[in-house]
Amino acid sequence: MAKKKTIRTIPQERTPIAVQDPGERAKNFSEVALGYGLDETLNECERCLMCPEAACVAGCPVGIDIPGFIAKTIEKDYQGAYDILTDANLLPAICGRVCPQEDQCEGVCPVGDTLEPVAIGRLERWLGDLAIKEGWSNVPYIEPNGFRIGIVGSGPAGIACAADMAKAGCDVTVYEAFHKPGGVLRYGIPEFRLPNEVIDAEVSALARLGVKIKCNTLVGRLFTIEQMLDEMDFDAVFIGTGAGYPSFMGIPGESLNGVLSANELLTRCNLMHAGEFPDYDTPLHLGRQVAVIGAGNTAMDAMRVCLRLGAEKVSCVYRRTKAESPARAEETDHAEEEGIEFHWLTAPVEILGDEDNNVRAMKCVRMELGEPDDSGRRRPVPIEGSEFEFETDMIVYAIGTNANPIIGQTSKLKLNAWGYIESDEDLATSMAGVYAGGDIVTGGATVILAMGAGRKAAKGMKAYLGIRDSDFVYLPDQGKSSGGPFGFDVREKTFSRVRLA
Amino acid sequence: MGAKSGDGAVLSKTIDPLPMVDEEPAVEIVAREDFSDVTYLLEFRHPMMAKAAKPGQFVIVIPREHGERIPLTIADFDRDKGTITLVIQAVGKTTKEMQQACRTGTTLFSVVGPMGEPSHIGDLGKVVCVGGGLGVAPVFPQARAFKENGAYVIGVIGFRNKDLVFWEDKFRKYCDEFIICSDDGSVGIKGLVTEGIKAAMDNHDDIDEVIAIGPPIMMKACAETTRPSGIKTSVSLNPIMVDGTGMCGGCRVKIGGKMQFACVDGPDFDGHQVDFDDLMNRLKRFTEDEKLAVERWTETCRAGKAS
Repeated sequence: MAKKKTIRTIPQERTPIAVQDPGERAKNFSEVALGYGLDETLNECERCLMCPEAACVAGCPVGIDIPGFIAKTIEKDYQGAYDILTDANLLPAICGRVCPQEDQCEGVCPVGDTLEPVAIGRLERWLGDLAIKEGWSNVPYIEPNGFRIGIVGSGPAGIACAADMAKAGCDVTVYEAFHKPGGVLRYGIPEFRLPNEVIDAEVSALARLGVKIKCNTLVGRLFTIEQMLDEMDFDAVFIGTGAGYPSFMGIPGESLNGVLSANELLTRCNLMHAGEFPDYDTPLHLGRQVAVIGAGNTAMDAMRVCLRLGAEKVSCVYRRTKAESPARAEETDHAEEEGIEFHWLTAPVEILGDEDNNVRAMKCVRMELGEPDDSGRRRPVPIEGSEFEFETDMIVYAIGTNANPIIGQTSKLKLNAWGYIESDEDLATSMAGVYAGGDIVTGGATVILAMGAGRKAAKGMKAYLGIRDSDFVYLPDQGKSSGGPFGFDVREKTFSRVRLA
Repeated sequence: MGAKSGDGAVLSKTIDPLPMVDEEPAVEIVAREDFSDVTYLLEFRHPMMAKAAKPGQFVIVIPREHGERIPLTIADFDRDKGTITLVIQAVGKTTKEMQQACRTGTTLFSVVGPMGEPSHIGDLGKVVCVGGGLGVAPVFPQARAFKENGAYVIGVIGFRNKDLVFWEDKFRKYCDEFIICSDDGSVGIKGLVTEGIKAAMDNHDDIDEVIAIGPPIMMKACAETTRPSGIKTSVSLNPIMVDGTGMCGGCRVKIGGKMQFACVDGPDFDGHQVDFDDLMNRLKRFTEDEKLAVERWTETCRAGKAS
C-alpha cells in the first residue's frame, strides 16, 4: 500500500468528461455526456482521500459506501465495486447520470474544499454502464419470508422500495399505470440525458430479484389501496405515485392551442415518441419559436427536447435570475451551450392568440429582485410599465406540479392541506401497513430523493412486518450455507442466550 | 476486464434479454359488431376491469406498439363474463386502423382503466338520459344504473338518420319512457335530441337531473335547453388526453371559469358550468397532424392492397 494520500499528492485536476459537441448534439438525441473510460476512471479514483468518516456517504440520500466502491475500483475489482455500489443503490447507471451530486456526495467531499470534488457521479455511472455491458447483477441470497408487498408506481421511489423488500425476502409486485415501467425516468427524462436502454437494463435488475412488474394498472381505479390489503392479501403497500398534476399560472390565454405543460411535452416525446410522428401515432405539433416558462431541470429538459426536434428558437422565461434558478448548473450550462436563449427576470402576464385560437405571442413584464421571501430567495417584483410582447407559437409550462388526486379520491388515506399523502418519520401513512414516499409525500423533488424515500419506507415496512433488518448484506457465495444455529447467520451476532426448558 | 478508454461512451446492444416485465395476458377481443360504416363495437376480456368499472368511467387504449393512447368511454361492462364493451367511431387514423385490424380473437397492445371519477348515481326520482349519436353508448350504463336504483328513467336518443341507429332495444329496456329523434325524421321525432328533452320537460315538471352525452355541440345545446329551468345537467367531456392519470394537463377544461382536468376531476361535469367553446377549440389542436396521419395511413392501405 502506498503512502496515505493527501490533498497535495492526489491528481489536482478533476478528470474532465467527454461531451458531444454542442452544435452537433443539439440536433440529435444521443447522450450529451459520454462518460469516462477506464483510464479516466482510475485517474479520478486516485483523487479520493478515503476519509475514515466519509462525508459523502452521509451526503448520499441512499447511503452508498462511496470510498468502498472507489477502493475496489482502484484494486481493479470492478465487479466487487459494483456489488458495493448496488447494495445501496440498484440503479447506478441511472443515478450516475441524473443525481444532483453537487448538492449531495460531491457537495460535501473534503477534496472540494481546496480543489474540485471527486467526480463521484461519473465513477458511479462508469461502473453502472460496465455492469450493463458485462451483464453483472448483484443478486444476494434471498430467503423467502412469505410476506407479500404491493408497490404502487414503478418510478424511482417504487423501484428502490421494491428492491429492498425483495432483498429482505418478500414477494413484491410493482404496479405501473403506463405500458412501460420506470415512471419519471421513462416519461420525464429525455434520452439524451438517460437512454431508454439504461432504464431497461436497470429495471430488469429488479426482475432478477424476483420482483414482478405489472404495467397498465391504475391503482385506485382498477383496485383500491384498501382492496390490496383486504382482498389481494398484501401485507404492506408502498405508494410512490409521484406528484403529477402540472401547475399552470392562471393567466389569460392558457387554453389556447400551443400551450402545454412540460409533463405533456415530455410524455408525448419520451414515452410516446412524438418526435417520430407519423411513424409513431402520437403527435406533438412543435412550434417554431418555443418559450418555456420556468428554469428547473424539467424546463431544461423540455427546452432541449424542442431544440432537438427542430424548433428554430427556444427561449427560457424565468422571473428570477440564474442564481436563483433551481436547475442543476450543469444542465443550465449545457442548455446555454446548445443555443437556448435565457430571459431572466421576465414573467408572462398574458398569452395572446390568433383567430384560429393558436398562440401568437406572450405579453411579459420585466422583474427586479426585492426582499428575500420564505424560501430565502429574493422575491421578484414586477417593474411597472415594463410590459412587452414576446413572439412565440408554443408555450411550455415547467413551473412545478401539484399532488395527483387519484389515491386520495379512492382511499381513506389522510392527506395534508395540499393533497399530498400525510406520513410520519418512517413514511407510514394513516393506514396501518401503508407507506408512501417520493413526490406524492414531499412534492416535486429529485430521482435520488425519491429513491431515498423508497428505501426509508422499506425500512419502516420491515419494522412493521417484524422482519429483522440488520442492514446485513448476504453475499452470493455464502448464500445457501448460512446455516448458523437456529437459522441465524453467525456473523449477525444478534442472538442471545437461549434457555432450554 | 473488457473496459477500455472511451468504452463508457456507447452501451453495448447485448443487454441481457431477460424479460423485464411480467408478461400480462394480452387483452383479447371477444366480440365485434358493426353498427354502420363508421361505428363499431368491441368487447374485450379483462375480468378485473369489468369488476371495477362503474358508469361514466373510461379506458385508454393503445391498439398497437407504435400507437397513440386514445381515451374511450366504457359503453358496457359484464362482471359475470368479465368483459368491457366500447363503441367506437372511425374518425381518425387510430380508430380507422382499429376498425380494420380489430376482430374477434385479436388482441390490443395496452388497455388501462377504468379511469375518471364514476358518475354519481344518486337516489333520484326522475332522470332524463340523453345520448346523441355515439353518445348513446356511454350514457347507457348510467341509464341502467339509475333504473336499477329505482329511478324513473326517460331515455332520449338521437341519430342523424335511421341507418345509424344502434342499441335502441337495449336502451329501451331500462327506460320508463323512450324518445328517439333523427335529424331527417327517418325515425322517431324529426329534430335534435333537444326536441326530445323539451318533450320530456313538457310532460314532467319533476325532473331531477338530465344526463347528456354526445358531441360537444350537442351537449352544449342540451345544457342550454335545461338552463332556463335550472334542472341539473351532467355532461361527459371528451378532450384530448395523453396519460389519463392527471399527469399531463392536456385535457384541461374550463368549468365555471376554473381549470379542471377531465381525466381525474371528471369526465362528468355540470353542463351549465362548462365552457363548451373552449373545449371545441381545444379539440382542434391537432387537426393538421390528424389529417396528415389519416392521409398517410390511407396511402399505405392502398399500397398494401395493390401489392
